[in-house]
Amino acid sequence: MARKLVRLLALLFAVSICGAVTIPGPVSDAHRSAASELFDGSFSSLEDAYEALRVFEILAIGNKLDVSAATCQKVVEILGSSSPVKDLFYALKVNGILKCKVNGDVFKDIASRLKANVNDASTLVDMYYSIGSLVLIKDQASDVDVLLADADGTFHSIKALSQSDGRWRYSSDNPESSTYAAGLALEALAGVISLASSEIDQSRHLANILCPFLSILALLSVIQYLISAPCCQVNTVKNDILKLFDSIEKYDDGTFYFDEKFVGGLEHQGSLSTTSSVVRGVTAFAAVTSGKINLPGDKILGLAKFFLGIGIPGDAKEFFNQVESISIPLIVSLPATVYSLSKKDQLKVRVNTVLGSAAPPLTVKLVRAFHADAKDSAIIESKELQYDKKNGIHILEVFPDNLDVGTYVFVFEIVLDESAGEEVYATGGQIHVPIFVTGTIKVSKAEIAVLDSDLGSVENQKKLDLAGNDVVSFSANHLQKLRFSFQLTTPHGHAFNPHQALFKLRHETKREHIFVVGNTGNKFEIILVKYDIELTVGDAVMENSFLWPLGHVDLDLPEAPEKAARLPPLPVDPYSRYGPKAEITHLFRAPEKRPPQKFSLTFLSLTLLPFIGFLVGLLRLGVNLKNFPSSAVPATYAILFHLGIAAILFLYVLFWLKLDLFTTLKTVGFLGAFLMFVGHRILSHLASTSSKLKSA
Amino acid sequence: MARSSSKDAQDLFRALWSAYAATPTNLKIIDLYVLFAVFTALIQLAQALDVLAELYGHREYIQEVPLEIVTLFKVVYMALVGSFPFNSFLSGVLSCVGTAVLAVCLRIQVNKENKEFKDLAPERAFADFVLCNLVLHLVIMNFLG
Repeated sequence: MARKLVRLLALLFAVSICGAVTIPGPVSDAHRSAASELFDGSFSSLEDAYEALRVFEILAIGNKLDVSAATCQKVVEILGSSSPVKDLFYALKVNGILKCKVNGDVFKDIASRLKANVNDASTLVDMYYSIGSLVLIKDQASDVDVLLADADGTFHSIKALSQSDGRWRYSSDNPESSTYAAGLALEALAGVISLASSEIDQSRHLANILCPFLSILALLSVIQYLISAPCCQVNTVKNDILKLFDSIEKYDDGTFYFDEKFVGGLEHQGSLSTTSSVVRGVTAFAAVTSGKINLPGDKILGLAKFFLGIGIPGDAKEFFNQVESISIPLIVSLPATVYSLSKKDQLKVRVNTVLGSAAPPLTVKLVRAFHADAKDSAIIESKELQYDKKNGIHILEVFPDNLDVGTYVFVFEIVLDESAGEEVYATGGQIHVPIFVTGTIKVSKAEIAVLDSDLGSVENQKKLDLAGNDVVSFSANHLQKLRFSFQLTTPHGHAFNPHQALFKLRHETKREHIFVVGNTGNKFEIILVKYDIELTVGDAVMENSFLWPLGHVDLDLPEAPEKAARLPPLPVDPYSRYGPKAEITHLFRAPEKRPPQKFSLTFLSLTLLPFIGFLVGLLRLGVNLKNFPSSAVPATYAILFHLGIAAILFLYVLFWLKLDLFTTLKTVGFLGAFLMFVGHRILSHLASTSSKLKSA
Repeated sequence: MARSSSKDAQDLFRALWSAYAATPTNLKIIDLYVLFAVFTALIQLAQALDVLAELYGHREYIQEVPLEIVTLFKVVYMALVGSFPFNSFLSGVLSCVGTAVLAVCLRIQVNKENKEFKDLAPERAFADFVLCNLVLHLVIMNFLG
């Protein structure tokens, strides 16, 4: 029985319920296709070949790589020659899978060489490969004697490299300790134990019994050392493992993993390979020792999460590490966590191995179920779930009648059937799963009333019909109160207090006042005029959460005092940025005041008066045009001269009315040149005639 | 005393008039033209003042105050109160004043009594007058807006 308990570690197995325990999905076909792509059959070394073959084996990929001929040839080659231990180790591993034809004598040679190697080895890695190879030979060729003569000594020499925190050093002259090395050491130790002679094995059992007593005699350390070395060393290694698990790293979601503490070593390992190494080591060690290693269930679950959470690694090595580690199967499974009372759902539990295959015969027991708020009063106790063979689901047929809406915690336990005894699975103990039970909440006794605040007397009360969409309307002033009440009951008739019950008053300007409806009355302090009333009730376990427009209330309010604080302006709705813009109203300059038209006309005629006076004056002076040239050519020039002046003045008028300065100046330039020419002609003509007159 | 002074004044004006009658006709024409320009300017000023008085209701006030002060005040007032009719008014007045000044200049150059301009032909003076008027009125039109 003790052995069985230990081996529970080997195959971890669990129930998880979808959503509540967020374990990623089990290994799937995606993994398989990724594996086929990653391991394409071209291997540079036997290590790569082994990794590929092992992954294919674990994932049960049918069409294995057709490499057995070539690879076997390589295996035989390496086993026959005096290759390094590491190569031997992987060659033997490949051989374990491919079952190549290797001569029994070869194994004998290697075994003796390896044994010598074990005794001489100074580094942990050497030791690991040698012992590992011996274990492999033991499995592959039963007739070869691989038992270690000095198992205790070997065990001791490996153990000597361990550190106080559960980690191992690679060699005695290397002070740095490593978690990855711990995994290797544990695996090596497991190998040593399995390679120990049968007597030692027996004595181990004896020692196991004796150990506690011997520990009491700890003072007699010499005696303890001499007598109890193997057994207590096994126990100290177990303690080391526990210490190692104390240094485990954790993510917030409950994922656990191992990582190297120091960085910069020659062989730095990532967290995946480190974790993988530790898991392999611990599993191997647990498999060969008796007695239970008390590893906390949540950490084992967390490690499984870690491996599955990686998804599908892109690198062949990482892929191998992931698949190799979860092939020491850990958990998974998943149904729904929300159950509706109104739909009479069945509680379903699915149990799977980590690789997604069906579980062995087992029974799922519902140990307890209690309301999340009342842990002591269980509503269900020890019920067995029915197994639905067709779907592979365990079903709780009927919920008990006293199950009301709310949040519950269901505690499950997996009991393996006796027939599954040969293969041992870990059940993960009791599994707590939060379950939401939903139902339809009844709303009743909805009332809305306007009260006189000082007297408390009801002035205007209205009952509301929930089913109908009737709309109420009120009018009130600032001295009155608004009272709104309603009752919520669960399907079992219990009072129900929802997460959200909001009473909303919305003003015409979209400004909203939201009141949380509590068990006591709310006091409203409202300063606006017309409101729409809206009620919101919602809860996670309420199937009929609703938003209910109730009607509107008109408030008759006094003017706010001048100094009263103004409400801040409503924030601009960010979506309105893309909506139509407000129409722009242009502000034009007001036209200047102008006098009435008649007034202006009067003065226009007034301004003409001096001109008339001028003309009259000219007549009285007896002005005449006798001096106008009589001959044709000067007369033409004179006429052109006056026309030119008139043209320029007319151009000025045009400039005033519509032309711009540049056009005007250009035209003035031409006209000016013309005017200068004719002006010069006529004026010089006049000058010459007048000078002739003078001289005459 | 008062009678004799008014008689003296009458005598004085008569003497002035008879002296002026001897002035050549072309100078008289120019004088007439100058008077015409000055009066037009004055009428525009009066119009502007009157318009403003009408607009701003200061007619009584204006009548009480001597004209010069009113004029000055009004011009300043216009500058202060608003410029809307101001540029038109100003260009109108300045056009007349400028014309008058140019005409006076012409008169000076044409007058045979003035020995300074003895060598200058009156036709040349007239050409100057025309040119200056054209330039002046280009500016005036520009300012008229």
